[in-house]
Amino acid sequence: MAYRAEPADALRIEPLDDFTLVFHRRSGLTHLVTAPAPEILAALQEGPLTRDALLARLAERYDLADGSTAALDARLGELVAVGLIEAA
Amino acid sequence: MRHVFSVRIGTVGFRVGSDWRAPIAELGRLYADYPAPEDGIPDFNVRLFAARPWRRWLRPAVTLGGDFVLPEAAPLPLAQGLLAAEMAMNLQMALGQRRYLLLHASAVERDGRAVLMTGLSGAGKSTLAALLAARGWRLMGDEFALVDPTNGLVHAFPRLVSLKNEAIAVVRSALPNACFGPLLAGTPKGDIRHLVPDAEAIARMAEPARPALILFPRFGFEPAERGVGPSEVFVRLTQASTNYVALGERGFEAMTRLVRDVPARAIDYPHADAAVAQVEALWDSL
Repeated sequence: MAYRAEPADALRIEPLDDFTLVFHRRSGLTHLVTAPAPEILAALQEGPLTRDALLARLAERYDLADGSTAALDARLGELVAVGLIEAA
Repeated sequence: MRHVFSVRIGTVGFRVGSDWRAPIAELGRLYADYPAPEDGIPDFNVRLFAARPWRRWLRPAVTLGGDFVLPEAAPLPLAQGLLAAEMAMNLQMALGQRRYLLLHASAVERDGRAVLMTGLSGAGKSTLAALLAARGWRLMGDEFALVDPTNGLVHAFPRLVSLKNEAIAVVRSALPNACFGPLLAGTPKGDIRHLVPDAEAIARMAEPARPALILFPRFGFEPAERGVGPSEVFVRLTQASTNYVALGERGFEAMTRLVRDVPARAIDYPHADAAVAQVEALWDSL
């Protein structure tokens, strides 16, 4: 199963401080997110990835505080729930 | 309707119709120095009417109506007709304003730059705005600050300043020569008395200002102050906005610019004089 993010032109992403604002044009909703959500969105906007491929990509780019699949599954679940990514 | 009053507050025109003469006469007296709506065309209509025809005579009760209404709004006694009119005008702004990002905040201006003060009911935003006006600041409004999404400027909305309970005496002693409305005792919000904004606030009400400081005051605590980061400001201001969601991406842009560009502080204060000193010291340190 691969995950796909809303395309770049569907979102307005504005980093503020520890939090990042994500305005979702389609729903009109504003989301206030912290790491690793902006990093996940950025990685998936380059193209769909499976969970394991995404984890490998993130580990390659960032020093992950919690590199477990369980932690990533939880974050992916949250982003799917609010409609910023979808499981395809 | 039988009795009608029109007025422009800031850039917004209102037409208030009423079944009764008294609230209209009171509005006419308190808003005597305000202009009429531009080109005579109001942005919003407000109606004060008797729920049933005989209630106009028998224990009169004012029901609020207008372009935008809240179905659960309870009628007020006629003695509080002025409050009913003010509430209905606020409601039109809260529900119907689409040109500006509307913040539930008071605002004062000095040298073209504005301080926005927002907080829960009772935080003291009206009192602080009135006391700062007494010290030479221009009063831009005690209820709504209107942020223009096209350029980030704040527009004034200097309606009558609504003072509640202890704030009435505090402001009367700071502004002994100001014009006040009648004391409205025992309203749903306690005792209320309206202060008429001074001549400068009215003369310059079409003049916007650049927001320079956002304050979150809290009354009844030992003096304290802390910086508030952009994401917390964003959350607090979206909660204090009645039309953030309705404005869509324009609202998002205006709010993001505001929280990024303008420093914000939370201030606790034990009494109003302390707060005025805190605000002016903060302003001088900008």
